[in-house]
Amino acid sequence: MTLRPSTVAIVVVSTLAAAFVGCFIDAHFIVERTALDLAQTQTLATRLGLADLALFTEARYTRHPVQADLHSAFQDHPLALEHFPSGSLLPPHYEPLVRETTTPD
Amino acid sequence: MSPWFEKQRHLIDFTLASLARRKGRHLGLLVVFALLVFALASAMLFAHALRHEAQQILDGAPEIVLQKLVAGRHDLIPPGTIERISGMRGVQQVHGRLWGYYYDPVVKANYTFLVPPDNSIQPGTLVIGPALARQRGLAPGTGISLRSYSGALYSFAIAAVLPQASELASADLLLVSEADFRAFFSYPADHYTDIALSVANPAEVRNIANKLAKLLPDSRPILREEIQRTYASIFDWREGIMLALLSAAILAFAILAWDKASGLSADEKREIGILKAIGWETGDIIKMKFWEGALISLIAFLVGFIAAYVHVFHFGAPLFEPVLKGWSVLYPRFVLTPVIDGLQVATLFFFTVFPFLAATLVPIWRAAVTDPDAVMRT
Repeated sequence: MTLRPSTVAIVVVSTLAAAFVGCFIDAHFIVERTALDLAQTQTLATRLGLADLALFTEARYTRHPVQADLHSAFQDHPLALEHFPSGSLLPPHYEPLVRETTTPD
Repeated sequence: MSPWFEKQRHLIDFTLASLARRKGRHLGLLVVFALLVFALASAMLFAHALRHEAQQILDGAPEIVLQKLVAGRHDLIPPGTIERISGMRGVQQVHGRLWGYYYDPVVKANYTFLVPPDNSIQPGTLVIGPALARQRGLAPGTGISLRSYSGALYSFAIAAVLPQASELASADLLLVSEADFRAFFSYPADHYTDIALSVANPAEVRNIANKLAKLLPDSRPILREEIQRTYASIFDWREGIMLALLSAAILAFAILAWDKASGLSADEKREIGILKAIGWETGDIIKMKFWEGALISLIAFLVGFIAAYVHVFHFGAPLFEPVLKGWSVLYPRFVLTPVIDGLQVATLFFFTVFPFLAATLVPIWRAAVTDPDAVMRT
């Protein structure tokens, strides 16, 4: 007996929908499983007073974007062109300041 | 089974048979559509999870970091500053931090030297980050020699390697004792890299920062709130860059979908004409085409999203790694904790499935309301 095309479609869409819901369930379990690892990282970061992620270690303004000079893209010398690839992925970050700065930093 | 349901099933049967007649074309469309959803969903899932992870990790960052600036550059904190700040009302703890960079020509990588606030490292030993341990092939009990900026060679024993799970925050760290740090970098006595402050009342953090800026006009206070906002904006920016790069793909797909949907082929027009001639109603033809669009877009969305989820959270987003890695020699190996933003998924669904459905239905409606005789003759 051959299956009706609509039966095949219903089975395919239902399976995919179940897998889609499965992603959320899987995410929930992974979050539970890795909670300890995250807590460990948080404790380490708090103990060492870390203020930055070690995502890009190539230049100081990409390794510590929060603590580098404010106009960090051109900090090596005036008109220095950005040459580190991750520099193009990191915005200069004066916008999110919560206070007005009074000093020309 | 209700007659309505049975009717829809027959329409789907007919639609699928019609799709099967132009199998290559529709499969191609499905694959391109799924790839587009995959790329967009990967960028969204990755950026959101990274943003969330950064927020969690940096929750423990110092409440205020105070830097001294000279001519707009970061400078050392001179002796006496910590004492001046300690007396300020509302300041709970003041701690001079020692940290700096070291370029290792052996592996052409930058390390971050740091003295832990509790100065718990034994002189002559190092506790190192997991990426650094991997890159230099180090393990507890082994040793490493580093040439300092003054030219002298220093040997250290590796006391421990930081846990792999913390790699996102500690990949390139080298924890060292204060005495070794000062000797290695010829750091002047009683000088510090910057100052970390904790404040008794969290609501007072901004006031304290303003007072600090007045007391020490040559300093720059960085608040924890700013640190977290900076990271949030960095990941927004990066997600934006990825989406901007993908916009070319989105446009290409839009052209493909529009071309497929709006330019009905002579075959399709004839098919509509015949269906109307044998008694199909306009509503039935639109329903049939609705099922065609809905099945293609729904399957593409689900396949694309599931593939993106697996790519980002089970394989560590290898397709994005070259872009994110830049020239970093020490790049942390991390598996992100999956945090899915329902609103983002809904937005992705809305902006991929609905336009495709609309692009399928509008031209069909135009063709279906015309006279069957005219449609068949054109």
